[in-house]
Order: sequence, then structure tokens, then C-alpha cells
Amino acid sequence: MKCLEPRDAQDLCAIVADAGATGQRLELRGGGSKASVGAPREAAVVSLRALSGVVDYDPAELVLTVRPGTPLAEIEALVAGEGQMLAFEPWGDPAATIGGTVAAGVAGSRRVTAGGARDHLLGFTAVSGRGEAFVAGAKVVKNVTGYDLPKLMAGSWGRLGAMTELTLKVLPKPRVAVTLVAHGLSPRAAHAAMACALGSNADVSAAAHLRRGPTLLRVAGFAPSVEARCRVLPGLLRDHCALEQMSEAEAAPLWAEAMTGARLSGPIRWRVHLPPRHAPELIERLEPLGIDWAMDWGGGMVWVALDGPRTEVRDEAAKLGGDATLVLAGAAMRQHIPAFQPRAPGVAALEQRVRRAFDPAGVFETGRFMGEAHADQLRA
Amino acid sequence: MPEPDAKTLAQRDRIVAAMRAIVPGEGVIDDADALRPYESDGLTAYRQPPMLVVLPETVEQVSAVLRWCHAENVKVVPRGSGTSLSGGALPLADAVLLGMGKFKRVLEIDYEDRVAVVQPGVTNLAITQAVEGRGFYYAPDPSSQIACSIGGNVAENSGGVHCLKYGLTTNNVLGVELVLMDGEVVRLGGRHLDPSGLDLLGVIVGSEGLLGVVTEVTVRILPRPETARALLVGFPDAEQAGACVAQVIAEGIIPAGMEMMDRPAIHAAEAFVNAGYPLDVGALLIVEVDGPAAECDHLIEELARIAGENGAVTSRVSQNEQERMTFWAGRKAAFPAVGRISPDYYCMDGTIPRRRLPEVLRRMEELSAKYGLGVANVFHAGDGNLHPLILYDANVPGELDRAEEFGNDILRLCVEVGGVLTGEHGVGIEKRDLMPEMFTEADLKQQQRVKCAFDPGLLLNPGKVFPTLHRCAELGRMHVHHGQVPFPELPRF
Repeated sequence: MKCLEPRDAQDLCAIVADAGATGQRLELRGGGSKASVGAPREAAVVSLRALSGVVDYDPAELVLTVRPGTPLAEIEALVAGEGQMLAFEPWGDPAATIGGTVAAGVAGSRRVTAGGARDHLLGFTAVSGRGEAFVAGAKVVKNVTGYDLPKLMAGSWGRLGAMTELTLKVLPKPRVAVTLVAHGLSPRAAHAAMACALGSNADVSAAAHLRRGPTLLRVAGFAPSVEARCRVLPGLLRDHCALEQMSEAEAAPLWAEAMTGARLSGPIRWRVHLPPRHAPELIERLEPLGIDWAMDWGGGMVWVALDGPRTEVRDEAAKLGGDATLVLAGAAMRQHIPAFQPRAPGVAALEQRVRRAFDPAGVFETGRFMGEAHADQLRA
Repeated sequence: MPEPDAKTLAQRDRIVAAMRAIVPGEGVIDDADALRPYESDGLTAYRQPPMLVVLPETVEQVSAVLRWCHAENVKVVPRGSGTSLSGGALPLADAVLLGMGKFKRVLEIDYEDRVAVVQPGVTNLAITQAVEGRGFYYAPDPSSQIACSIGGNVAENSGGVHCLKYGLTTNNVLGVELVLMDGEVVRLGGRHLDPSGLDLLGVIVGSEGLLGVVTEVTVRILPRPETARALLVGFPDAEQAGACVAQVIAEGIIPAGMEMMDRPAIHAAEAFVNAGYPLDVGALLIVEVDGPAAECDHLIEELARIAGENGAVTSRVSQNEQERMTFWAGRKAAFPAVGRISPDYYCMDGTIPRRRLPEVLRRMEELSAKYGLGVANVFHAGDGNLHPLILYDANVPGELDRAEEFGNDILRLCVEVGGVLTGEHGVGIEKRDLMPEMFTEADLKQQQRVKCAFDPGLLLNPGKVFPTLHRCAELGRMHVHHGQVPFPELPRF
């Protein structure tokens, strides 16, 4: 497989224009940490790693502009040095870049209260499938000028254009974070407790539940506020469970487990997004298959791990108003099962027209997201 | 606006009859007097009675109206409550005005998942009223919230004084039902976070009625904070107030609201509502924090300290709910208050990087002298969203034109210092021709190609947002130079 390494936006324009002219397909890649998502394919890879570094960061403006190949870890360290954070709590392996993280729409446990990657991408510059550089959004936190293309770009998996600069909103990092835990709850009881906590005015910023472990509630902010909220929460949840405080050293790996699904057993992994109230039912319906699971976002996100190449996860998610993404599976399964839940036909057609609006020749359609109409049919 | 299409106007009777066949009874308005109330929205400087008004009551009717208009090449302008400040709902002489005001029902409230499903004609405030009995509210609070509809909020991505902490409409909407111009009904988003696929919902919010007509909205509702407290601080000038704002954020505090007023705005507001504002200061800040009482008490102390360190000359903390409301009364009445000191005013809406505030205010004073028109500033200080109010008298020949030119210069200044044309009011008709100040031709064409994916005939709300209307076929053209190798140093595929 060829790997192209543009040095700057100008190189990138030339590469994409050339591919459009010659009918080639390009897979955009940051650190490659999510390359195993989607069907096996043979497109040329365009590495954006060389487009790296911070363009502008003014902590008091809450705005950070970076190039896509900058490692996520580097950015997190930079903003942490100013007492700030990316509030959508992105996560990834050490190779992950900010461009890939935003393009994949990765968000962690705080997603439920602080928003996702979509909510924190304020603007970008990119090269479209036409090989043209363009700008959308802006470098200020409040802007409604023109269509909100940053929303489209976040989570688009490199199918609209290659970002060359991203402007992100950053926020102050809470001074103190405390985890309260409850033990021994069923999925239903855990969901009810999390819904009660997130629906209270005790300002719980994240809520997760592990199959073999505890139910976790995160209380973060200024010390006097965190102390006060930790005092009232046991009373607010007295009909649901008993709460105790857990040390951060003990809690951190549990949060990571809920957020990343990392320690679940089973080689096939699905990530289900659904209305939180249906999370317990999803788990009950799938338990006969011998699944392992974890809930985050108060139940709005459920990791499901299992042994075989089965698609019941997707069917049940759809029945409950949600959708399932195939995150981890062998090549043989990924050859046949699309990574994303198929959309309703009208929406799928609209999505395709929007993709063609950015990429008329299908330069970025590599077959990775098979099951969705891709460029071959268009060009025929 | 584009010249009205004579062919469409000639067919008006046939169009009215077709609309009556879809929306029976009084849902079609074609009488000239009855059309008059629809001739403008919140931007009253622009007026144009519509060809006719259609007020559907069901999704099926909306779909049938759009399908018919699509087939017959008739333009459609959607309208919610008509409170747009940028002319987003300004009618066209040759278009159907599609009013969504009859979609008034709250369909479902799910407290467990913290969502409400409502029809687009429900007002912003009515959502909060529907859920406040259970201790919840809908966070975005544009100042027109008693009148503006949630459908209009979706179209404009409306903000409010609390959006630094709680986000704009886009951050608080989970899903919509949308009717495309060809009549197709689609559901985008859902009742959950981050559904699969392209975030089409994200581009619908803030699309100013150009991409589709929203017939149902699913919003997130939040638990009402336990308490709120406000601090009223005066500074000798805006520079110190701006430094105070920067330090507040740098110390990790995101207030629920942080509003600044300049001297003319303070004086106008105080004369109008007697809020107790100090009159000998150059800039006034209202900083509000909300949350648990322990948090508010802690933060108010911190804020008072930071204000003192930045040269505050007056400082008052609200001691009770009534006093907090009094602090806000002047700010909330700033527009009508300015309306008392000037026959007319023109409200602008740019955003700037906050660090450039002193420079922007200074240059605004120069422009004020140049145009011979006064200006009062209210400012969402936390997020850099400026609302300069230009004072003029429409009865003095030439003053409206001068006010508009002054306003355009202010917006150009906002873009020049790294900001944007509009922070929350939308582009609409008002700022359409300024779009090239912020975007290149390539940027604008890319946005218009998205429009083409939804409405290739350019029939929905035409003439808004984009300064030049390109036909979709022209925008779709690819200029490919076969046989050229633009990147010779790279390995060939």
C-alpha cells in the first residue's frame, strides 16, 4: 500500500487533485490507531502526521488552533499546563492524533454533560475532495456565520475532506474530581441510580456502570462545591443505593474501562449509542449470547463484547432506537458487516449527496464503510 | 433580493387554489390586508409582503405543500414566530410564506432521559414552563424567549446570555424531523447522543431555513441549578473590565452569564429602570454564577477578589433573588432603554477575540464620530459577542443608510481582528453581502454545495445568507486537468 506524506496544505491539495484526475482513492490517516475500524481496503494512505504543531493557543480566549497530525497526548499536556482541558474527554492510544480523534468523533465519559467532539470543534481549514482548500467556522467560541460545517466534519471519518487546521474550544479543568461508587447493582438499578444522579441539581459530570464492578458517579469542580455535592448525593440517591467515596487512584482505571471498553472479554466489540433508558433492556436481550458489557454516559453508551461474528447486537440496538458500531473484529467479519449501523434510506441518500458536495469524484471513498453506497457506483 | 418571477406571480390564483386543496379552511391567507402582519420579522427595516401565507397543521400538509411547490418551481420561505434580527424570515414577493405557528404541542417529556419532544412552533420559554414543575429547564435563553419558537431557534442556532456555560441551540438539540424541499420527510439525530453517520443535524441547526423545514424537535432538558447569585461591578474603563473577564476565565471560572455595558448603555438603562447602576463608571460588568449554594458562595468571593485586583471601583453582590433580578433588569431592558434616548436604533451582532475589545471599542468611537451617529454597547463578555446599538433617526433623510454603513464597518472591524460577522443573530438578508469579508469564494461555494445536496432547485428561502446565487450545476463542475502531474516528486499510485 502506498503512503503519501504531504508536508503542508499545498502538497495535500496537489495530492487530492491528482487523485481526482486519475480516479485514485485516498485514505486519510493520522496516527493509524483506528485503521482497523471498517472493511479491509487497498487505497493509498495519506498520512497527515507531518502536518503537526500548535498554531495558536490563547488560554483566556478558550480557543486552541492546531494541525491535525499533532498527537492527542501532546495537546492534552499543553492545555493541562494552563489548567485547561478538552472537555469532551477524548481518548486513544499513544499514536492517536487530534485530527483522527475529531474525525472519528471520539468522546469520553464527560460526553454526557460536556458535549462531544462535534460540540468543541469551532472551525477548521481543510482540503476538499476537489483538491481545494477551504475554511469553515471560526476561531472564536460563539459564531453562527454560515453553515456549521465543523459539525459535519467531526465524526466524518475522513470522507469529506482532509483537515489541515482545527480550532477547538478548551475549558478550565476542574480543580477537584471525586468519584462516588455504589456496589452490587443490577443493570436496571444502576441505570435508575445514574438517571437520578444526572437529573439532580448536584451537577454530576459523568456516570458509568461496569458489569463486574461498581456504579461510578463523578463530581468535579471547585473544592467547596464538590464537598457540598458529595454530602447531598447519598441523600438524593437513598432510594437507589448507598454511595461511598473512592480514591482517584482506585477509580481512574474503572472510568477508563467504562470509557474505552478496554478490559471486556471477547474478541468482537460493539459500541452502542441509544436512549439511556433502554440500556438495561439491551443488555438483558443480549445476555443469552454470553456477552460482556459496560455502560457509560448514564446508559447512553454501552460497550458489548462477545465471541462470535453475530449481528444481533445491531438488530437489538435498532429496535431500541439506537445504533451499533462495529469497533473491533477480524478482517473476515469486517469484510461483510459494515462498521456503522445502516441509516434509513432517505437519510443514507441525503448523506451521500452531502458527501458528494465535498468530494464529487469519491476520492475519499475507499470501501472502508461498505454497505453504504460508495463511489464506484457513482462513477459507473 | 432577486427580481420577483413574473411567471410565478401570474399564477398566483392557481397557487392559492393548490394550497387550499392541501391546507383547508383558514390556513391559506391571500388577502392583502391579512398578509400585512407577515411583511417583516424582527429586522423591521426590511419589509415585503409575501405572495401568500400557508399555515399548515400537520407534517403531511407541510410535505404536500413543499412537494407541490417543488414540482411547480415555486419558492418557499419558512417562518417561526418571526423574531429574527437578521431578516431570516423576510418574505419574498413571489414566494409562499410557510408559517409553522400552528405546530404548538409539547409531544413528550422524558425526565429519566432528560429530553423533551416538541413541535417547532412551541416557544422557547414554553419548553421551560412545561418542565419546570419537575425542576428542569431548557438552557438556551435568547432574549426573545417569550415569543421566539424552538423551530426558529433551530434555524438560527440561537444563543442567549447563558450560552458560554450551557451552549447554543446546537449543543442542546438531539434530533429533528425535517421535511426536504421535495416533500421527503427524514429524521436526523435521535433521542440519544452521537448517532451513527454524518452529523446532518449539526448542519441543519443554524442553516437559517435554507435546507429544510423542521416539524419536530427533540431537546435536552437540564436540572435547574440549586441557586444563582450575581455580582455587579463598575470599572473606570472597558479595558479594566476586559482584563477582569480574562482573569476570571484564566482562573478556571466559567460564569453562567457575564455581561458588559459601556457608559452610554449604562446611562440609558439606569434612566429607564433605576436598577441602581453606578453612573460614574466607564464599564459595568454583571457576572452571574449558578449551581449548588456552596459553589456560588465560593465563586462570588473569588469574583469579587478578581474584580478588585483589576481596578473595580464599585462592587455589589446580590443578597437575594430580588436583588439579582434588579441587577439584570437594566441589562435586559438595554434595548428598549436605548429606544428611549434615540428614535431608532440598529442592533449589531459581531463576535471578537476578547483581548481585542479595547481596540475595537476605540475604533468604534472613531467610526461613531465619522458617521455622526451615537453608539451604545452591550456585550456578552464571556464569549466575545458584541451588540453595538447604533442610534439614528429614520425620519432624518440618509440616517438609516448611514447607520447601515456604520454597522457594516463595525462588522468588518470584527472580522479584521479575528472575529465573525454574527455570533447569534444569523446572516439572513442583513449580513449577506458582507459574507465575502469573512469567507473566500471557495469557502462560500463549498457551503452552497451543501445547500445543493438538500435543495438543488434553490427554492427554499432563496436570497438569504449567500451574496451570490450559483446554480447547483455550475457548482458541481469539476475542473480536472488530465495529463498533468501536479505532484511529480511523490510516488505515483
